[in-house]
Amino acid sequence: MSETPFTPRFRFMGERSLLVELGERIEPEANRRVERLLRRLEQEAWPGIRELSPGYRSLLVVFDPLAIPPAELPGRIQALGAAAGESRRPPAKRIAVPVFYGGDHGPDLAEVARRLGMSEEAVIRLHGSVSYRVYMIGFTPGFPYMGELPEALSLPRRSTPRTRVPKGSVAIAQRQTGIYPVESPGGWHLIGWTPLELFHPERRPACLLEMGDEVRFVAVEAREE
Amino acid sequence: MAGAPLLEVLAPGLLTTVQDLGRFGYARWGVAASGAVDALAARTANLLVGNPPGDAVLETTLMGLKLRVLRDTRLAVCGGDLEPKLDGGDIPLWRGAAVRAGQVLSFAGPRRGLRAYVAVAGGIDVPEVLGSRSTNLTSGFGGFQGRALRKGDLLAAGEPAAAGEEREFDPAAAGYDGPPWRLRILWGPQEEMLAEEGRNRLLSSVFTVSPDSDRTGLRLQGPTVPARPGAPDSIISEGIVAGAIQLPADGQPIILLNETVSGGYRKPATVIAADLHRLGQIMPGDEVRFEAVTLEEAVRLLAHLEERVRAAFRPPLPR
Repeated sequence: MSETPFTPRFRFMGERSLLVELGERIEPEANRRVERLLRRLEQEAWPGIRELSPGYRSLLVVFDPLAIPPAELPGRIQALGAAAGESRRPPAKRIAVPVFYGGDHGPDLAEVARRLGMSEEAVIRLHGSVSYRVYMIGFTPGFPYMGELPEALSLPRRSTPRTRVPKGSVAIAQRQTGIYPVESPGGWHLIGWTPLELFHPERRPACLLEMGDEVRFVAVEAREE
Repeated sequence: MAGAPLLEVLAPGLLTTVQDLGRFGYARWGVAASGAVDALAARTANLLVGNPPGDAVLETTLMGLKLRVLRDTRLAVCGGDLEPKLDGGDIPLWRGAAVRAGQVLSFAGPRRGLRAYVAVAGGIDVPEVLGSRSTNLTSGFGGFQGRALRKGDLLAAGEPAAAGEEREFDPAAAGYDGPPWRLRILWGPQEEMLAEEGRNRLLSSVFTVSPDSDRTGLRLQGPTVPARPGAPDSIISEGIVAGAIQLPADGQPIILLNETVSGGYRKPATVIAADLHRLGQIMPGDEVRFEAVTLEEAVRLLAHLEERVRAAFRPPLPR
């Protein structure tokens, strides 16, 4: 796939971390650049790098400023040219996520359908009609931020976030969909539930999904039709 | 004797957890670093009992922790002065000491600072989870069964190194000079969200630490720090390090600590590495001011701090 060249923008977050911005928007191309730089820096394994934290369109590089002079790091990263290079990563995993939609499993489905002016079945069909890219994992361990949700399903977040969202809840907000891996607060609309264990610290690997993976949602009832 | 309990929790105090220097390498899975908020005190406590600096220690907050020692060992208490006592008598902070089976270590309450660190010879022995023994309280894993300590918990220690010389540390080297606290910052990553008025307000104001501060962050109250007119409220979610100063729409800064991995609020400035350990000792009600330094100054201040700390052990640490 050919990529538009992009000049990274560097921002320090303290003297010990450098944010490398590789795009302006939430879009697959910017996110793929982040992924490529992440893999490349992993291969390079420079002494003094402590953490690589990918976001939608940026990579936060955390390092020991007494081992790597901060002022040199942007140049060293730029010289890799990794953001524009070829990905050496094996193809993304493709994962089908079984979902029980609506009812107690998805307490917001009825309201979502009403606000969008469509039937619950149409919401379910649309949610399962496309595959989603995992842009990043954040918020809580294992929480995948996935896009892009079909425009027809786009709603702002709930005006009042819930203090407790059950583990396994499948949710939507704006052009994104996600899954709550542990019980936590949350402001997205809950349309379903999956029994998949997204994160377990003692499992290998602990995290089911990674940035770059491709996810499809499969309605459990719909399969029986 | 490895595996046999070394400490019994008679009272857990306000909040006591097992922590080391943090869990790194798993931010891509949404896993925050956790770890001792005052990492300098945690590693010093380890060095004073002959451990490697990154062994697991107990981090206790404010008051009330009471531990019974079940076997003879060495321990050190570092960090905030929470009035530590051994069998009811004062014991000094920042010094390794031999203790005997049956003795009770307790913390009466804060004289200065907020968090104390207890290291025992061999380190607190809990399983490593994702490369660290730190407790991730938000998600409930790591440390001691993924939770804060409770009455009746029994803690084991690892195999101690050969008993070395008794050491002490001069805490003047660590610069715990507050309250009031003067924190040095570096502008960025989103410094453009502030116009000159906002920058001046951040640097000239005295902020008070709010009572709803915790291990996730220090919430500050003070004059509103205005964003540049038209600056967006949020940014595209990105990775975060401890010390980043988040500025929500209400203009009241929040200094993030070790439990946040990513977020979409703007951060006009970040506390420098040389001041991070001091964040762990700032109490609700304390006053905080900010002072901006340059990137070069921040690195130099960190190098100086490390040199001073290295030289503050008596007798000196072996090379």
